[in-house]
Amino acid sequence: MKVVIIKYNAGNIFSVDYALRRLGVEATISGDADIIKSADKVIFPGVGEAETTMNYLREHGLDNVIKNLTQPTLGICIGMQLLCKSSEEGGNVECLGIFDEVVKRFVPNESIIKVPHMGWNTVTADPSSPLFKNLTNDPYFYYVHSYHATVGKDTIATTDYINQYSAALHKDNFYAVQFHPEKSGKVGEQLLKNFLEL
Amino acid sequence: MLAKRIIPCLDIKDGQTVKGVNFVNIRSVGDPVELGAEYSRLGADELVFLDITASHEGRKTFKDLVRRIAENISIPFTVGGGIHEIGDVDALLCAGADKVSINSAAIKNPDLISEVAKGFGSQVCTVAIDAKLDESGEWTCYLNGGRVATEKKLFAWAKEAQERGAGEILFTSMNHDGVKQGFANDALRVLSESLSIPVIASGGAGKMEHFKDVFTEGKADAALAASIFHFHEIAIPDLKKYLRDEGIPMRIV
Repeated sequence: MKVVIIKYNAGNIFSVDYALRRLGVEATISGDADIIKSADKVIFPGVGEAETTMNYLREHGLDNVIKNLTQPTLGICIGMQLLCKSSEEGGNVECLGIFDEVVKRFVPNESIIKVPHMGWNTVTADPSSPLFKNLTNDPYFYYVHSYHATVGKDTIATTDYINQYSAALHKDNFYAVQFHPEKSGKVGEQLLKNFLEL
Repeated sequence: MLAKRIIPCLDIKDGQTVKGVNFVNIRSVGDPVELGAEYSRLGADELVFLDITASHEGRKTFKDLVRRIAENISIPFTVGGGIHEIGDVDALLCAGADKVSINSAAIKNPDLISEVAKGFGSQVCTVAIDAKLDESGEWTCYLNGGRVATEKKLFAWAKEAQERGAGEILFTSMNHDGVKQGFANDALRVLSESLSIPVIASGGAGKMEHFKDVFTEGKADAALAASIFHFHEIAIPDLKKYLRDEGIPMRIV
């Protein structure tokens, strides 16, 4: 199986590579359109800012490459946000539009004042989703983010922090998670394994 | 619900853990990767590795170690010690660290916080503060592992660090550190209620009740400890179960 991790101007893509190696998978890290298109599975990870990363994807023609992927593709963190319709981060940035959801900033309320949402939080998933198979109910995943995708028809898992938001989305061949499976211990390993088995 | 975090801290010298004896399940307690993996297996939520090496060679060893940790451990980890400039941060993040902890360098050059936040994002930038409550009732910040007093006061400096882009504050009370009589809950509560970024409490853990107090009275988001974990005075699974039974949101593995 050929797994490609999309290389672009976002940080933290190597930890996904390390996590895959722990599962015995040697992934290719590449920003090359042909290499990405030829993969059996594509992972679109990263930590970054929406406007800067979207600009980079457009300048390098990766926006259309990603939109036209037909193999199972997993967006992680900023990767998930970029697969949504738009993001409030950096103004109102048009994103790839695979999912109809929009990405909004957390607005602190009276009981929760801390943004970013940082640490381990529970994820309530649709039990029929193959991405969440062989996991316990409401498992804890590791999060670090200040923006979140709204809940809608493509939502397959939610988390509550200040408000309820999409922890995971799924439409056709596209899957996306806001948390970091590569940093979520055994639970995260199981989720990555589930994705690789799709 | 967002869980409160339990964070073991490992001191590293020349690539080896300094504290850490008596672990039955692992081959070499001196190897930070093995010790870190054991803590991860036991349910630690994050790990902190502090490089206390002085030599140049030791620093290079630490960077190699950071890469091995990233390859082998599947929970987030922070590295600190010996960070003087943005290039040090870049090297450690490239080696695979999730966050860096900056202490003395941030006090000497507060612009470093802004540079790190701008270059790599606030989420990687933990500002560590060592402070001591003096006779006049003020918390004074110290440099170089608590050896040199500064003009900076804890609450003002923590606020400034946040405004400059720190993603978290790691506060060690020098009055409480090593005494095992509980954390500095009064100061922690003031910090936590006045900041919009998470606060990690350090210094003073002696028994399980102290962790309950630091989360309820001290309002801390995370608690860090070293020797009580290294010397098996408290086992992480027991601690987390106790805290969960006390109504504190905990991730149980």
